Formats: sequence, C-alpha cells, structure tokens
Amino acid sequence: MNDLRRVLRYVSPYKREAALAVVLLGLVVVTDLSIPRLVQVIIDEGVANKDMDIIVRTSLLMIGASVLSALFMVTNTVYAVRASRGFEADLREDIFKKIQTYSFGNLDDFTTGQLLTRLTSDISQIQRIILMSLRMFTRAPLMFVGSLSIMLSTNRRLTSVMFALLPITFVLVTVFVRTVQPLFTRVQERLEYLNQVMQENLTGIRVVKAFARRDHENGRFEAANAELYGTQLRVTQLMSVFFPIIMLLMNLGTVAIIYYGGVQVFEGTASVGQIMAFVNYIFSTMFPVLMLAMMAGQISAANASAARVMQVLDSEPDVQNRISALAPENITGRVVFENVGFSYHDDGGDPVLRDISFTAEPGETVAILGSTGSGKSSLINLIPRFYDATSGRVTVDGVDVRDLDMKTLRNRIGISLQDVILFSGTIRENIRYGRPDATEEEVVRAAKAAQAHDFITGFPDGYDTMVGQRGVNLSGGQKQRIAIARAMLMKPSILILDDSTSAVDVETETKIEAALEEQLKDTTSFVIAQRISTVLKADKILVLDNGLIAAEGNHSQLMETSPIYREIYDSQLGNGGAVQ
Amino acid sequence: MSGHAPRGRDSEERNQRSGMMHRGPRGMGSIEKAKDVRGTLGRLLGYLGEYRLHVMAVAAFTVVSTLLSLAGPYLQGLAIDKYIIGGDAAGLVRIMTLLAGTYISSSVMSVVAGWIMATVSQGSLKKLRKELFEHMQTLSLSFFDKRPAGDLMSRLTNDVDAIAAALAQNVTELIRNAITLVGIVVMMFTLNVWLALASLVVFPFMVVLTAVVSGRTRSSFRDLQRNMGMLNSVMQETITGQRVVIAFGQQETVNRKFMKANTDVKDMGIKAMTYAMLVPPLMGILSNANIAIVAGVGGWMVLRGLATVGTIAAFIGYSRSFANPLRHFANLYNSIQSALAGAERIFEIIDTEPELKDDPEAVSVDDFEGLVEFKDVDFSYVPGVKVLKDIDLRAEPGRTIALVGPTGAGKTTMVNVLTRFYDIQDGSIEIDGMNIKQVKKDDLRRQLGIVLQDVFLFSGSVMDNIRYGRLDATDEECIEVAKLANADGFIRRLPQGYDTHLSEQGSNLSQGQRQLLSIARAIVADPAILVLDEATSSVDTRTEVQIQEALLRLMKGRTSFVIAHRLSTIRNADNVLVINGGEIIERGTHDELLARKGFYYNLYMSQFKGTNNT
Repeated sequence: MNDLRRVLRYVSPYKREAALAVVLLGLVVVTDLSIPRLVQVIIDEGVANKDMDIIVRTSLLMIGASVLSALFMVTNTVYAVRASRGFEADLREDIFKKIQTYSFGNLDDFTTGQLLTRLTSDISQIQRIILMSLRMFTRAPLMFVGSLSIMLSTNRRLTSVMFALLPITFVLVTVFVRTVQPLFTRVQERLEYLNQVMQENLTGIRVVKAFARRDHENGRFEAANAELYGTQLRVTQLMSVFFPIIMLLMNLGTVAIIYYGGVQVFEGTASVGQIMAFVNYIFSTMFPVLMLAMMAGQISAANASAARVMQVLDSEPDVQNRISALAPENITGRVVFENVGFSYHDDGGDPVLRDISFTAEPGETVAILGSTGSGKSSLINLIPRFYDATSGRVTVDGVDVRDLDMKTLRNRIGISLQDVILFSGTIRENIRYGRPDATEEEVVRAAKAAQAHDFITGFPDGYDTMVGQRGVNLSGGQKQRIAIARAMLMKPSILILDDSTSAVDVETETKIEAALEEQLKDTTSFVIAQRISTVLKADKILVLDNGLIAAEGNHSQLMETSPIYREIYDSQLGNGGAVQ
Repeated sequence: MSGHAPRGRDSEERNQRSGMMHRGPRGMGSIEKAKDVRGTLGRLLGYLGEYRLHVMAVAAFTVVSTLLSLAGPYLQGLAIDKYIIGGDAAGLVRIMTLLAGTYISSSVMSVVAGWIMATVSQGSLKKLRKELFEHMQTLSLSFFDKRPAGDLMSRLTNDVDAIAAALAQNVTELIRNAITLVGIVVMMFTLNVWLALASLVVFPFMVVLTAVVSGRTRSSFRDLQRNMGMLNSVMQETITGQRVVIAFGQQETVNRKFMKANTDVKDMGIKAMTYAMLVPPLMGILSNANIAIVAGVGGWMVLRGLATVGTIAAFIGYSRSFANPLRHFANLYNSIQSALAGAERIFEIIDTEPELKDDPEAVSVDDFEGLVEFKDVDFSYVPGVKVLKDIDLRAEPGRTIALVGPTGAGKTTMVNVLTRFYDIQDGSIEIDGMNIKQVKKDDLRRQLGIVLQDVFLFSGSVMDNIRYGRLDATDEECIEVAKLANADGFIRRLPQGYDTHLSEQGSNLSQGQRQLLSIARAIVADPAILVLDEATSSVDTRTEVQIQEALLRLMKGRTSFVIAHRLSTIRNADNVLVINGGEIIERGTHDELLARKGFYYNLYMSQFKGTNNT
C-alpha cells in the first residue's frame, strides 16, 4: 500500500474539498441512521399513545432529515468529484511533464504502451478509489458503528441476534474474497493472452494469409477464448452464489429479529416500534461489510497502478542541463569526438562505442557505414545529447556538449531519425514541426530540396493534405522525404540523417544529396546509410565495426586501405549493385 | 421488512465503475447511441437463441424468486399485526418458519437463475468473440489496410466487454426489477389503497427529476467523451513520437497542448460525474421521504382504525425496495445503449463480405508445375487510379524473374495480385494454364512461398515459427530447412536453441536473423512458386552473404519472382522486368537491357555516377 500512499499526496491541494466531503458524509450517516429511530418513535409513542401530535411532528422531522441527508449527499458529491478529478488531472499532468523531461535512455526503459497505460487506465484506477473513499469508505464504518450502538442502546438482548449474524458474514466475505481474488487475476491474465493472440494475428495478417493459416489461427484463438470463458464462467457463478447468500443471511436476521422481538413483546421487554427499527438497522450494519468485500480487489488494483505510476515519476532524466550551461548565439558546427566510449547501461554493460575519435569540420559531410549493431545510431545520438557519452567527450565548436544549453544545441541540429514518425495534421504542419513560424516559401524550399514537393502538390489538397489515420497513406519513401524536409527547415548547423533514404530510390536520393549540398553548404552533415552509393561522395567515411572505427577516409582512400570497406563495396556494387 | 436487496446508493456507483472499467481507451463512462436500436437489439438477442430454454428457465426462476421475496414484507406485517400484537406465540413460530422458508427458497431460486445465466452470458460472449475473430480471418487485406489495428482490437475487446456487461448483469436484473416494481405497487394497493396513494405522491417528482438529471448526465458524458478522445490522441501521438519531440525540442509546445486538453477533461469530468452521482441522493429522498409519509399518514390512519401497525411495517419495507428498480432502470438504459453501440460496430465487421470468396467451382490443386502467366492485367486499389496497366508476362517453371523499378512503380502490387491478396479487375493471371480465380485460395497460397521484406514472427519458439510454413513438418525437417536457410548456426547459439521463445514479433533477434528464419519458414512449405521481396535494409555484410546463399538455394527449381534491389540478383535472373508507372516498360536480361541504353541503363548508371567521379 506504500505506493498508493505516495500517490495520495497529490490529493493535498484538494485537502479542503476532501475534508468537507468526509464531514458531509458523517452528517449523511447521522441523518440516515435517525430515520428508523424516528419510525420507532411514531409507532411506540405516537400510535401506542394515540398522540397525533407526536406522529405529525416526527414525520415532519423525518422528511426534514431525508431532505437534509440528500442535500449533504449532493454537496458531498460535488466536493468528492472535484477533489478526485482534480487529483487525476494533476497527477496526469505531472506524469506527462515528467515524460517530457526524459532522455532517450529513459524512454528505452518503457514501451509506448506502458507509458500510455499509466497516463490513462492506471490513473483512472486510482482516481476511482479516491472518489469511492470520499463517498463510501468513511460512510461504511460510521454506519456500522452507528447502527450497532443505536441497537445496543435500544435493546441489548435483541442486538444479540447481530452478534450471531456478523461472524458468519465475516467468514463468508473472507472466504469469498480469498476465492475470487486469484480468479480475478487469472481472468486478467487470460484476457491479456487473448488480446495478445488477436494483436499478433492482426499485425501479422499478411503472413497468416500468405501461408493460408486461417484454421491454425482460429484454433489458437479458440483455445485462448475457451480458457477465458472457463475462468470467467467460474467468477460469474461464484458471484451468483455469493450475493444471494449474503442477502439470505440478512433476511434470516430479519426473521430472527421479528421472532425474538415478538417473544420480547410478549414478555413486555420490547416494543413493536423497536422491532421495525431493528429490521432497518440490520441492513445498515451488514451493508458496510459487503462493501468491504467489493472494495478489497479495487484497493489492491489501485495499489498496483500506483506502483506503475510512481515508477514513471521516480525515473530521473539521464540527460540534464547543467546549471552553468552555455547558450552561444551561433554554432558553426565543428564536431569533435574525443576518445568517446558509450554503453546503454550505467553498470558498464557491453560498450556500444569504444574509443571513438574524429573531427568533422563545418560544411563537411561525414558518412557512417557499418553493420547492424555496430554503433552507428548510438554515435550520432551523442551529438544532440540524446544520450551522454560514458567516457571521453563530444564537443561542438570546442565546447563539451554537456556544457551547452540543450535547447540551444538541439535548435541548431536538424535530424531525421531512423523510424520516421509524422504527427497527425497537414503535411505543412509536419514540415514546420521544428519551426512553427517558418514561412510558406521556406516550407516549399525545404520540401523541394527533399524531393517531396512534387508528390505533395500531386495530392488534391497539396500541403494541406492530412497525414495519418484519417489522412492519406504515405509510402515509406514519401514519409522519409517529409522527415528530411522537416529537418532541413531547421536551417541547421549540423544535419543528421539516420538511414533516412533507405526507402527512396537511388535517383531521387542523388537529387536530395545535390540539393543538400547546395542549400546547406556550411552545414556539417552526418549521414548513416546502408547503401554504399549513398556514401560515395562523402568527405569522410567512418566504417564502424563492433563499436570501433575500423577505417576512416574518403571512398578512394578506403578502397585501398580498408578490407572491410572493400567487402561491403563488393557485396553491393562490385559484383552487383543496388539498382532499384 | 424488506424482502430485497438493500443495495442503497452504492449500486449506482458500482455500475458507474464497471461501466468505466470496461471501456478503456474509448473513454470513461461514455454513453453512445446505437443507430438502429431495434435491428441491433434483435440480432444481439439472436445470440441468446440457442440458449432459449436456459433463458426461459432463468426467467421462470427469477419471477418466482422475486415474487417470493415480495411476500416478505407482507408476512412481516402479518406477523406483527396478527401474532405479536395479538399475542399468539405458536402462530408467531409458524409464520416465522413460513417467512424463513420463503426467503430460503427465494435465495435458492436466485442462485439457480444466476448460475444458469452465467452459462448463457459467458457462452454467448464466447461465441460472439469466436464468430468475430473467425470472420475477420476471411476478410481481404484491403479490409485490414483500411482500418488501424487499434480500432479492430478495440472492437474485439471493449465492444465485446460492453455487451458482456449488459448481458451478464441486465437480463436477470431487468426481469427482477420489473417484477419488483409491479409487485410492490400491487401489494401496496392490496394492503391499503389510501396509504399506497400517499406513498406514491413522491414518485412522479422523482421520475421527472431523474429523467432531467439523466438527460444532463448523458449529454455531458458525450462532451466528456469527446474531450477524452482529444486528450487521448494528444497523449498517444506525443508518446509515440516522443523521440521526435525531443529531437526538435518541442517539449514545451506539447506540454501546452496537453494541459489544455487535460483541463478540458477535468472540467467536463467534474460536470459529468457530478450529474451522474446526483441520481443516488435523489433516489435516497424517495425512500426516506416515503418512509416518513408512510409512518406519518399510516400512524394517523392507525389512530382512525383505517390501518394497522403491521401494514405500516410492510409499507416501510416496500418503499425501501421501491427506489432500487427505478435507479436500475436509469442505469440499464445507459448500459444497454453502449452495448448496442458496441454491437453495431461488431456487426459492421461481421457483415463485411469476405471480398475474395472462393468461387463455388474452385478446384483444389496439390502441386503446380510453376508456369505463371499474366495476361493484360489491370488493377487499381482505388477505383479510377490504375496501379497496374496491361501487364503481360510469362514465367516458365523454374525460371527467375526479377522485378526492377522505382518506388511506387507497382512491384509489390504485382505480388499482391499474384497471391490474391487483392483481385485484379481486368485480364487474367494463370498458373499452369489455370486462372487463379478458379483455384481454392488456400491451395494457391500453399503453393506460393512468400518472403516479405517486413519479417513478421509470432511469439512462440523458433521451432514453432519455422513450422508455421507447414504445420505437419517434423522437428528434423525444420532443422534441415534451417540448415538450408543458414539459420541453424545462430539458432544453436541462442540460449535454448530451437526452443528459444521469441518475444513479441521476434524482437530479441536481429533483423538479419529474422530474415533467415522467414526464409526457413518459406522453404519448409516447399512451394512451387516463390515470391521474394528482397530486403534493402539493415543487414550486416556477413549475414547478407548468408541470406543471398540461402535465397539462391531456395530459388533453385522453383519459379521465382524477386523484387530485386541487388545487381547480383538481377544478373542471375532469367528475365528482368523493368516496371514504371504500373507498366512493364522494358524486359530482357541484364546485358540486353544495358545494351538498349533505355530506362534501365539510366537507373543502372545513376548507381555508378559516384564511383565515376572518384
């Protein structure tokens, strides 16, 4: 319950609302409990003594009490909802803002789905618990204690019926909770498995169809479906037994009260009014116990949610601005790696980069070549401080990037990442993403340079074409070109293209390169590519192998000096070539 | 005195809660409207059809159980009037035994009804899920292309859940509440007409109030729903593109966007929830004020000799049970509405015709020779935009055809129509002289080995994934093909070898390893015709060589279509088709095409421009 307690500090701005809600709840209990008592007064004092006055007065009192009770409840609702919804919004805002401070390293620790679940269902789960506590938790124990004490003070002997009833109820509730709780967990697991089967089927639908595996998939689904059915059936059946039994207990309690009450009336130790009041109090005593049974699961679920939420809030960003960070007016783009080492895990897991040293002068194009996992993306990720080097340093214009203001640094870097992500909105908005104030001419210029202008104007809505689910379906190559335009619009001092033309045909790629050359003459460019044709013209080619620079030089130098480079060249162009 | 559930105010909240829990991403406690209520309801009830007897039994048990519980307050009143006030101890024992018996039998019947209903509701849900899933398997790829996987998932989970909630809770509750309501009114009027009228005075006010509040609730929930949708999409997009947000330093912009959406949700949430939670206190007045009126008016009537104390006791019991059904009906409406809206979305899928049904006269084919012909093939994904125009080609058995051309030229589309992922609009595609439309789709695809660029693997062991190509392949056969595919080496180095469990989509393997596995998967099926989309991306040189080798072995003796990116592949091909703008513009061998100095020549030369310069 520790995590839940920690999350609950988000309620503190709403202390006043929460306190008021609880106080009002207390008042509700008082008015509610007075009703049966007043019925008793009418019967025993009014009817028995034939006192019309008492009857009228008491029933008016009762109407007053019920109106008051409703008023209290309404006000309680207003405050409880305000507190819980405020809590929810604040917590969500904090989590979201926390995520915005994350570096790439922090993002590696979570999947997108995990973060989204935390922002949505986990928070709602906790919010529900708070709302419920403010509306019920306090009421349940008060009702329980209140009705028991009233019963005891009215008729001790008749109350003994309750003492027979309560232990049985407690035992039943405990047994039920213990049986159902693990079943709920199992239903959850089976449901997740079923979802996984469906998710896989939907994502892999091409493979399913290509291999004509419909029956196989149906079988897999049916197995998962049957398991879920079995568990869910058990839960539903258990519920359908439990609730009527508890109800029966209450009703048998009523029978007992009327019987023993009746006997006491014969003895003259109880009144008819008391019997009627007691029958009502049975329910207000038993009800809180039932509530408890229903709440138990909710609380443990909320605690699990709280733990997940806290995990997000507790992650400190790996990369942070130094207090004395420099924010130079201009960055010319001289990038130097000095004995840089890097590993993704602080505990010194396998180093991804080892002893990397090289210099990129302003206006140069540096191409990085190497097999998957050789550390290409890791290398360029160090320049905008997506990660920090584990050893050595990366400098831009002679300043360690860790001493530069992050915003200033990233503002001068245009980057197109390996996985192209566009946001919903128009193509124009997407190109403008890094510089929302860019003019129309600038957007078109960037799009032309990225060889995107032609296909964009080919759409009926041109630059206003919507992208994403409700918009046009862009091909991989088109997306890449928009991402390049987005990066170019930054007019960066440093441009990074991480495998950004893999889905673009060679001819177009050549045109993009030419445009870059012309428009970003003074920009230092880093280009990661698989195709050797992409890197042929670079001023400097770095061949990475297993985290080390295996060779460095331009194409003709490398052809002579580097066996690895020649091997790559041969496999692609030597006895073949990437013709699209 | 009450015969039935003292569920009090809290059942309302419970329903709210379960409603919210079920809906997940679609929002919190939304209330949607179905378009065709009657039709959808009818079809939904159709799923209960095979349980007709069960449902009738449930109804019967529920009716009897409810009637018995309604007798409770009456017997209690009788006990007080006749035996307690009358001083008849023996009679009291008798009537108490009767009362206990009534309650016990009512509970037993309620248990039986609930038990049967559990089978009915869970069983019909299972059937609905199964039907939906199996139907989706018959739909064509264009169906899946048009819909995001998230939307389909949501239909399979959230919508089915909404129906589950409605079915499981409401069928019995509906019966019980309707009978309770009618029963109480009847009992009251039988016991004492005047007292009954007095206690119903509050009723119309409550109905009107509840209706007004519920209306408000619904409309503000709709607004909340919309705001939730906005917030969710802001969050979804930002988090998915978080790395881009960081790269372009847009954190503050997205924070602002988020905060606006978040505040909107909070404000509307306060409004909607407050309205929703007003109903229980209002209903509370109904019960309490009723008790007051019954006690007051009843007391007065007792003095006049118009009523008895027992009648008052019975009335108090009844009026407490009175509010419950009303509240339930308000909830029921919402629950049924969202179940119907969910059902509509589900039926929409079930009603989607499998676009590529097998011709009724389609024949099964065991083995193809592998002669493939395209005759004047035209195809468009969207009417009016031709993606393939007049494609003509003939591939002799065992030959390799390389497809070459710029992005978007139509290469992948040719694969899509050959596999009948899509059907062509004009012309014909024939294998061994037989139109592929006359071959059973599953048989056709079994004869086609397809290795796609995007390798999709299923969670399961490495062995399971290879066997996916042919389910009856033995372990030995799988290992054999893994060797052919050059995959055996890395598989043996995995922690559990062939039993290694692949996580979601094989993310614990490298891109190259996944490609080798997918090649093994294709070999194990031993297809007559091979369709390869050569991967352009991200494989290191050594793996690349291994893949090339494996592919060559795979292509041997089979008719192969290769979307080629490597010159070596093209050089080895028997025939190169150059495709541009959906047409075959040049064809021949690599050398012939070069000699022609046409489109292919330019494509080829642009490749070497760089080398010429250095």
